[in-house]
Amino acid sequence: MSWLDTIVQGIMLGGLYALFAAGLSLVFGIMRLVNLAHGDLIVLAAFLILLLITALGLNPFLAAFVALPVMFALGWALQYVVLNRTLGDDILPPLLVTFGLSVVIQNGLLEGFSADSRRISAGMLETASLQIGPVSIGTMPLLTFASAVGVIVALNLLFYRTSLGRAFRATSDDSATAGLMGIRAERIFATATGLAMMVVTIAALYLGTRANFDPTMGPARLIYAFEAVIIGGLGSFWGTLAGGIIIGVAQTAGAAINPEWQILAGHIAFLLVLIVRPRGLFPRAVD
Amino acid sequence: MTDHVSSNWTVSTRTRGSSLSMLLVLAAVILAFATPLIASRAVIQDLFFILTMLVLAQCWNLLAGYAGLVSVGQQVFVGFGAYAMFAGVSLLGMDPMAAIVLGGLAALALSVPTAFFVFRLQGAYFAIGTWVIAEVVRLALAQWKALGGGTGTSLPSGATRDMFGVRFVADLLGVRGPQATDIVCYWLALLLAVAAIGSIYKLLRSRQGLGLAAVRDNREAARSIGVDPLWTRSFVYLVAALATGLTGALIYVQKARISPDAAFSVPDWTAYVIFIVVIGGIGTIEGPIVGVIVFYILRNLLADYGSWYLLILGLIGILIMLLAPRGLWGLFTDRTGIQLFPVRRILADRTKTKDDRGSD
Repeated sequence: MSWLDTIVQGIMLGGLYALFAAGLSLVFGIMRLVNLAHGDLIVLAAFLILLLITALGLNPFLAAFVALPVMFALGWALQYVVLNRTLGDDILPPLLVTFGLSVVIQNGLLEGFSADSRRISAGMLETASLQIGPVSIGTMPLLTFASAVGVIVALNLLFYRTSLGRAFRATSDDSATAGLMGIRAERIFATATGLAMMVVTIAALYLGTRANFDPTMGPARLIYAFEAVIIGGLGSFWGTLAGGIIIGVAQTAGAAINPEWQILAGHIAFLLVLIVRPRGLFPRAVD
Repeated sequence: MTDHVSSNWTVSTRTRGSSLSMLLVLAAVILAFATPLIASRAVIQDLFFILTMLVLAQCWNLLAGYAGLVSVGQQVFVGFGAYAMFAGVSLLGMDPMAAIVLGGLAALALSVPTAFFVFRLQGAYFAIGTWVIAEVVRLALAQWKALGGGTGTSLPSGATRDMFGVRFVADLLGVRGPQATDIVCYWLALLLAVAAIGSIYKLLRSRQGLGLAAVRDNREAARSIGVDPLWTRSFVYLVAALATGLTGALIYVQKARISPDAAFSVPDWTAYVIFIVVIGGIGTIEGPIVGVIVFYILRNLLADYGSWYLLILGLIGILIMLLAPRGLWGLFTDRTGIQLFPVRRILADRTKTKDDRGSD
């Protein structure tokens, strides 16, 4: 495998990690909440898509489309009923409640779907590839990357061009004053988590079609997502994409040297960035 | 302990019941020490499990409950301490008891560079940062082929039977080698638990403990009166790493078999510990003690239900955090006012005890 090829594959993988991270970045940016169950929610969405495919015989993309509103409702309810109660100056309640949620989702999925590895089949698309110059890129990885860019463009438009985005930014800056202007923070937060769960559903589709998944793999996805957010700098969606790409390239480069070093290389890249730029590459939020 | 406030008042952490409760604690420790004389091997193993989980829970509580450092990566010190102990016994031919000390010191040594990284991160990011470090150390140790790489290894046969004190205990109590090993491990766990609780209690009643609480409650205010937040937190982080490493090494002397996935397991060494502290009551010394007892009872009740056990534990943890954030012990204290290990400073009238004024 040539180095150019490795780097291109790494960038494509980075798209997947950026999808994992975009939802985390959105929620953190608005309400300073780190959801430790984020990775498990991605895996939950993947099982939901799988369930829709097997139960209704849907095409994976259509199944993901059907799953989008379901996950939005789940995220909305989760935030409105549970997570809103944990927000405040103390960081313990949100961390411990979402950690508990992570354990509950993991073990719930283990009970419901067993520990077997599953996969979402994308049919012909799985093996199709495009030849661009000297490198060939799989259609699915390319689609993943394009979706990541699409999601980030959409989130940026939402944030800076719509009234909902204005409400998000206002609540993020000063939720008390935003409340005086008639914005109900608890509903804004619920909507944000609902949107994050829609991004999670898109991420889950590509997670499930790219490789096998099982109920216990959520925490590792959370860590990749977190690393991408930190590398990119808090509050910047494009930074999150850059962070995902750095993790992705580090992982494929590590794997090219020794397959056992794949994950380790990604973590080490993260730690190196942390030494050089503790606030990430493109910090936006002052926090 | 006392501090200067004014000539007629004294600040004390002692309450009316606390001297009595110290006697109760002393009696419990003596009883626990004598248990191997009458109890079966299974009971000793269960008590060993409870005591080691208690030490891990006290360490996590020291970080999260008193220093405001929520770590999801304490398994790194369990695993690293255990691996250092294995290296000492298997590669250097050390006595397991000396290797346990080596395990603790190795965890302490690891915590210095770890602190350098994670203290750059605040709050929630600290939590995941500690987790990343734990993953890095796990993946790195899985490359160490001399200790079995990713599949792990066992202690050399006979190593724990020849451990310091085991033969003596076997002769003294008339038990077989493996049972004597369990008894020695149990006594070490008891020693560790008493030392950990005693040191934490002493720390919290000292000036450093007051500084710690001040940093947790308001960092800027604490700095303005001369408390160095970084130093205070680092100190607690290093102490917790040492105790966690010692416990990890001790647990794996008793298990005698190690693998990276087991030694760095998030559910075993962090999730359980967090639930023990949350259920019992975060930010109190009594909380983890109550929590570990509840945890043990639930474990026995739900042992046959596989993943339902963790699921239910998680749900209980969430409910307690939402409805009674100070845990079962907090509920109990609110109703009764009883504290076994009071650390809150109380202003007491000193006029009746003029004689000992200035004696501190």
